[in-house]
Amino acid sequence: MSPNQTALWYLIASVLFILALKGLSHPRSARRGNFFGIIGMTIAVVTTFTITHRIDVSIGMMALGGVIGLIVAKRVQMTQMPELVAAMHSLVGMAAVLIASAIVSDPLSFGLESPIPIGNRIEVFIGTFVGAITFSGSIIAFGKLAGLGKYGRIFSSAPVSFPGQHLLNLILALIMIGAGIVFTSSGSEGQWTPFIVMTSVAFLLGILIIIPIGGADMPVVISMLNSYSGWAATGIGLSLNNSLLIIAGALVGSSGAILSYIMCRAMNRPFLSVIMGGFGGAEGDLSANAEQKEVKSGSPDDVAFLLSNAESVIIIPGYGLAVGRAQHAVKELVEKLTTRGVRVRYAIHPVAGRMPGHMNVLLAEADVPYDQVVEMEDINSDFSSTDVAFVLGANDVVNPLAEQPGSPIFGMPILKSHKARTVLVNKRSMAAGYAGIDNPLFYMDKTMMVFGDAKKVVESIVIALE
Amino acid sequence: MTELVDPTIANITVFVLAIFVGYHVVWNVTPALHTPLMSVTNAISSVVIVGAIIAAGPGTMSLGAILGAIAVGLAAINTFGGFMVSQRMLAMFKKKEQKGKQQRDVT
Repeated sequence: MSPNQTALWYLIASVLFILALKGLSHPRSARRGNFFGIIGMTIAVVTTFTITHRIDVSIGMMALGGVIGLIVAKRVQMTQMPELVAAMHSLVGMAAVLIASAIVSDPLSFGLESPIPIGNRIEVFIGTFVGAITFSGSIIAFGKLAGLGKYGRIFSSAPVSFPGQHLLNLILALIMIGAGIVFTSSGSEGQWTPFIVMTSVAFLLGILIIIPIGGADMPVVISMLNSYSGWAATGIGLSLNNSLLIIAGALVGSSGAILSYIMCRAMNRPFLSVIMGGFGGAEGDLSANAEQKEVKSGSPDDVAFLLSNAESVIIIPGYGLAVGRAQHAVKELVEKLTTRGVRVRYAIHPVAGRMPGHMNVLLAEADVPYDQVVEMEDINSDFSSTDVAFVLGANDVVNPLAEQPGSPIFGMPILKSHKARTVLVNKRSMAAGYAGIDNPLFYMDKTMMVFGDAKKVVESIVIALE
Repeated sequence: MTELVDPTIANITVFVLAIFVGYHVVWNVTPALHTPLMSVTNAISSVVIVGAIIAAGPGTMSLGAILGAIAVGLAAINTFGGFMVSQRMLAMFKKKEQKGKQQRDVT
């Protein structure tokens, strides 16, 4: 195939990737979009095969990786999606580093000149360090999301911080850039030392920038790493003068950046402060404070009584629902209530859970019709005319302190569940939320707490309803 | 004007325009599908496999070819896994709509 033909096929693949993302604007067109993505990828791979001398090794490795990927994708639980996505980001990052190393080792086989021209060297540098940071950062994010904290403190979902952390990161970043500059200005001789220094420092940096970020900021981290994996692909594309990689990488990079922005906005925190991390360190003393105040707690039977006598109910799912895998039980409860004539809807906060859209996927898995699932802006005005708000494992996203000037979370958009006539809250214990601040919602006169694992509590409510 | 444009400039042109396209397309994605958006973009970013296949394919055994072959394997996990898991998730969103339609048809 001539280079011109190749470029045209790559263009078709790029357009299909754009259509894949466009399809996601509505659940109805989303599956077709994904199909476009698959066709685009097939065209990209087959076109590349026609311009490559030897493809048997690649086909073998693709079959191996493909089988692993398919098995994992088939088996993974929907509650494990955040971990899976983090793990996949790390693979793209590592692949980018390996390809960049291959370019450095053998530029001729990529159709580049040897020694590599300076422009391409700069691009290799960018692709490598972004890829390396994506890889190690995603590994840490994976550990935090999969709850591997018991195997090592770096995987702890609590922020890990130490004095001089930011200074250390800054120094490492400067060393990395310095090594990168030496690499770009070197010839074929002596290029490996700066390349290896740069890559190793980038791996270390990836670890260091993710460890200080705590569990509930994970939606931002995972979107950010999503974005990085795209920029890494772009870096490789620029080095190889390959427009397909540049376009696909830019699409992914901007998608991740937009998601990060949406997540930060939903927490009312600047992106930099999230990335600097260390938020939520003061959990202990505040929850101790909380115990002195009185809460009203009830049994699942009480909840069943209140729910069945309500006309309208809004359920607010949070991370507790994901941890307890309670989505199917909740669906059953809602069906029971609906047959009794209760109007039930779900209210979703953008940062509920551990990744963007986490709650929507869990509810979709439990077969909840998506017209019952309402985004925050669309449902907030309805709380005041709602009989019961049922908070399931959410905390900070319903904290009315966010409306009080001077509180640490002031300005964060919340679900206004405190406006409902009755508030039911299911939590495992009275511990403070991730933000480490107490939640006045729990002490309101109209609030009743139901302690226990989300799934067990909801199942007992269902039994009580019968 | 007989001079040709440096490929780097052409690349940057493509890059900047693609960011704009991405920006506008992604803002239209419904929040309910943000998780599938991540898994689809993840699968798309595994297009680096193209670079890996070229790296693995010079026909001679070299360090670059070995690194390329490993990269093909890693990226392929993402390509297949990413699209597959997206398909699984999106099927769940789809299923209800069909069911809803049937119910509407019945009534």
